Amino acid sequence: MTDTDADAAPDAGWFVGLPAEGDADSARVRERIATGSADEPRDWPRLAVESGFAGTTGDYYDRLHEAAIDATRETVRERERADDQQLVHAVRAMDDCERTANELAERAAEWAGSLFDDAEPGIEGARAVAEREPEGELERRAVSLAARVADLADERDALAETIDRLAPAVAPNLAEMAGPELAARLIALAGGLESLAKKPSGTVQVLGAEDALFAHLSGRAPSPKHGIIYTHDYVRNTRPEDRGSASRALAGKLTLAARVDHYSGERRAPLHDELRERMATIRARAEPDRGSDTGAEGDDE
Amino acid sequence: MSDPALPDGVERREIGGATRLATHGSAVYGEPTADGWRAWDPERSKLGGMFELGLDTGFAGGETVLYLGAASGTTVSHVADFAGPTYAVEFAPRPARDLVDAAEPRDRLFPLLKDARKPRSYAHVVESGVDAIVQDVATRGQAEVALRNRQFLADDGRLVLAIKARSEDVTAAPADVFERALDRLRETYEILETQRLDRYHEDHLGVVATPR
Repeated sequence: MTDTDADAAPDAGWFVGLPAEGDADSARVRERIATGSADEPRDWPRLAVESGFAGTTGDYYDRLHEAAIDATRETVRERERADDQQLVHAVRAMDDCERTANELAERAAEWAGSLFDDAEPGIEGARAVAEREPEGELERRAVSLAARVADLADERDALAETIDRLAPAVAPNLAEMAGPELAARLIALAGGLESLAKKPSGTVQVLGAEDALFAHLSGRAPSPKHGIIYTHDYVRNTRPEDRGSASRALAGKLTLAARVDHYSGERRAPLHDELRERMATIRARAEPDRGSDTGAEGDDE
Repeated sequence: MSDPALPDGVERREIGGATRLATHGSAVYGEPTADGWRAWDPERSKLGGMFELGLDTGFAGGETVLYLGAASGTTVSHVADFAGPTYAVEFAPRPARDLVDAAEPRDRLFPLLKDARKPRSYAHVVESGVDAIVQDVATRGQAEVALRNRQFLADDGRLVLAIKARSEDVTAAPADVFERALDRLRETYEILETQRLDRYHEDHLGVVATPR
């Protein structure tokens, strides 16, 4: 297979570098449609005819139809093959990369600080150190260590992007409601989408707060109001006295979302609307003049 | 038999004992058909609702169309029946699978698994100067999506948009949500006509606009 199109300009149409006639390598066509990009659209049908890719615009559209059907069908298949366990691996690997990168960054910063005057702490500091030209053995080691930190941080970001793409395929409703990252974390904490779908919403509400929960169960602490779902905007950005209601409402809908995703897989719009409405009611309590919480009794529905 | 407000290729036909909006093509979602014409249910399609309510969408038939938020292809399959080359953008894999099935027998319908908020990711496929953009995305920032996709539209092209109030803000009155969205649209578009679609779709506003 030739690599002549590997350098196709980033702003080229999807067809640039593909052979004019006959069967182009379908994997390559798919790749171009699925992952290509351009800063702006152009008159692709005319450019395709001028470049000789197609004889007429009619031919061009025929080939585009074939390519789009093939690429989209294959990408859909790929995304649907993505399963919850892959998502669990990805989110755990992302956390490990982040934790290790931060830990190593501290070490790298401490070392670099003794060698260079302007070394800054943190991941960004390590990135700057990694760019330096080292002199002598010690500097070489310190700069190389900083380069590992930068690589780990890049890997973390790449994993986050993968999760962004994977989560909506694995659990469309959960990912829409919670965001891809929180959805992945909930699935990972439960050990899979199926076990998440089988948990009662009270458990989902405190997933990730196991320490606090067991402290409560042994009589040493009040019951935790929320676990990992604290990172959701609906909980974090609700005033403290309403966070219990907010996390209860959110956990309830997240549980339903996980069940729909596991048992049916269809997107269910009313679920999202209901949560938005419920949250609007809870947040309205914070507004003056609305009286104190006339509807609080309806909370647990 | 043709109706002046409807584009060529969209007709009111007798199907199953009632006069219904219809296009000519192969059935997609189990809709009733007669003589190769398939009923277009305005309750299931915002664009269908706009035609029923008599909005002047500017469609005459045969246009090049970019359709954002194609979902499983219910509406876009009707569009492809009466329009010319039609690019269908949908982000979610599961509905996109049905979209591919709807597109297969329609040789000028191009399904793309892409995010309408990121036009860069499909600008290498979708041509410039399309005659119409039809937008039906149910995410927050619907006006923003229309602004970002302006680059595909011909200067005299039409944006045909359905805004869903509840996707933007459920706390506000739909009328306020629509006004805010229209204000944002006016940065780039001239609004030609708006109409509530409540008869078929609750808390939705139909908008027809053209680039400024």
